[in-house]
Amino acid sequence: MADAIRIDKLQKTFRLGFIPKTRPILKGISFSVREGEIFGYLGPNGAGKTTTIKCLLGLIHPDAGTIEIFGRSHLSPRSREPLGFLPENPYFYDYLTAREFLAFTADLFGLARKETGGRIARLLKLVGLERAADLPLRKFSRGMLQRAGLAQALINDPKLVILDEPLGGMDPLGRKEIRDIIVRFKDEGKTVFFTSHILQDIEMICDRVAIIVGGRIVKEGALRDLVSERVLFTEATVSGLFPDAFRGLAESVSVQGDRVLLRIFEESKVGEVLDLVRAHKGRLVSLSPRTETLEDIFVETVTRT
Amino acid sequence: MKIWAIAGITFKEAKRDRILYLLFFFAALGIVASRALAVLTVGDRVKIIKDVGLASISVFGVLMAILIGTGLVYKEIDKKTIFTLLAKPLHRAEFILGKFLGLVLTLFVMTLAMSLIFLAIVYAHTLKIEGVLLVAVGYIFLELVLITAVAVLFSSFSTPILSSLFALAFYLIGHLSWGLELIIKKMRPGAGKALVRALYTFLPDLENFNFKTEVVHGLPIPPGIYVSAFLYGVCYTAFILGLAVLVFRRRDFI
Ligand SMILES: Nc1ncnc2c1ncn2[C@@H]1O[C@H](COP(=O)(O)OP(=O)(O)O)[C@@H](O)[C@H]1O
Ligand SMILES: [Mg+2]
Repeated sequence: MADAIRIDKLQKTFRLGFIPKTRPILKGISFSVREGEIFGYLGPNGAGKTTTIKCLLGLIHPDAGTIEIFGRSHLSPRSREPLGFLPENPYFYDYLTAREFLAFTADLFGLARKETGGRIARLLKLVGLERAADLPLRKFSRGMLQRAGLAQALINDPKLVILDEPLGGMDPLGRKEIRDIIVRFKDEGKTVFFTSHILQDIEMICDRVAIIVGGRIVKEGALRDLVSERVLFTEATVSGLFPDAFRGLAESVSVQGDRVLLRIFEESKVGEVLDLVRAHKGRLVSLSPRTETLEDIFVETVTRT
Repeated sequence: MKIWAIAGITFKEAKRDRILYLLFFFAALGIVASRALAVLTVGDRVKIIKDVGLASISVFGVLMAILIGTGLVYKEIDKKTIFTLLAKPLHRAEFILGKFLGLVLTLFVMTLAMSLIFLAIVYAHTLKIEGVLLVAVGYIFLELVLITAVAVLFSSFSTPILSSLFALAFYLIGHLSWGLELIIKKMRPGAGKALVRALYTFLPDLENFNFKTEVVHGLPIPPGIYVSAFLYGVCYTAFILGLAVLVFRRRDFI
């Protein structure tokens, strides 16, 4: 089975400005996305995520390297047939209504008008734009545009969905919705490739990730291989005691009213803290061990490079 | 058809452009005012109406072609709507051709509307519908098609203002280059003559599309000239569009 995406030693240098100055943006990127998985392409702002996607879509000509989509060179427009794409900032014709826009998108795939009508209605429902379907896009909020963008990315029932910052501009509820949709894609057998610079609440949905920093992949692999089960520290919230009481056992992070948030770095000391609370007739409000998250790895690799 | 989808969206967008209606208004004004002008002058009034009317259609048509031609391609790149387009299974050539056809369709509708006003004004004067005038209008339209291709070519790598200036320069050169033909006739054979001849072959000669005088004065035109003017327009347009595709294919959209 061919990989959904295979990128090999991709390089791109921008020449910008009136007197062109060369700036390497992608410095030899290689990774592949397997069919049927959710792949997170993560990195801080300006790392080169969008540039990688633009190379993949043929918007930018790479200086070196090869890209294959389902085993087909990305240079052929046909390689984009099984593909749906949501751009980072949704730029669409703002005088079209959502429904007209989707019909136009269907035309670009050469889909027959007969079959698109029903599909458009289904997609509008999927992304929650049923009631705004006949409103021009210029009246849409950023989040609504993002939804319209998602709908147009799905018009050809793609095998591979590429989403550039799909959670950007979304409120918490919207983020959850999009996350659920992404998971549903996977259940339908689609491959999802998406970028993000925010890690909270996406890590549980990725099968594998690649982390790009400064135009280089610094980590790639299955999430469970990257993230260990190791407990980093335990957080405890207690009330009825002064923070000073825990000196030597734990670090007090913050105090709110009579509540103290503690961070206990040695597992052996967790028991001692609990004993102390009991001895002083204090109350334990919460206790939670923090294992390593993607965010920790991310922050670690980004600050190291 | 993907090309038609792009042509359709281009037409839709062009229809929303106020500049188009402003130019149309001035063209209509020119055509209608030709009557007033005719009253004030001595000589053949009908001829003046026809002359001024055709000139209005030609001049404002060219301005329309240049302004919407350079504006619409650039806007697509500038507003980044092109990202979603080119991410589809679409050749860049299809994009260029679609844009071009949409613009041509727009100009066709505009030329048609201007011609109707023009024919009505002439009718008001002569009480005859003079279909032969449409021959001149047809070749004006062919010229607009070529100018549109030029506008698309320039705007595939340049800003609207520069592209408009380039396209305008193309138009002016195209209407002055026939002078070279006279020069060639008067030159002695030699390297200089060959050079000027090469220059003349390469430069556009838009006077090829000018049948205004013949039509207005009812002069006979050999059919061969019609055919060669038509072929000249079609081939030159195809050549310019080919260049536009070549330029556009090399571009990065960052
Ligand atoms: N239009 C542009 N003009 C100038 N520089 C750009 C442009 N687009 C991207 N860049 C540069 O390319 C680098 C990578 O950008 P990008 O791929 O958009 O990053 P990401 O998507 O990871 O945030 C950035 O450092 C940015 O400065
Ligand atoms: Mg980006």
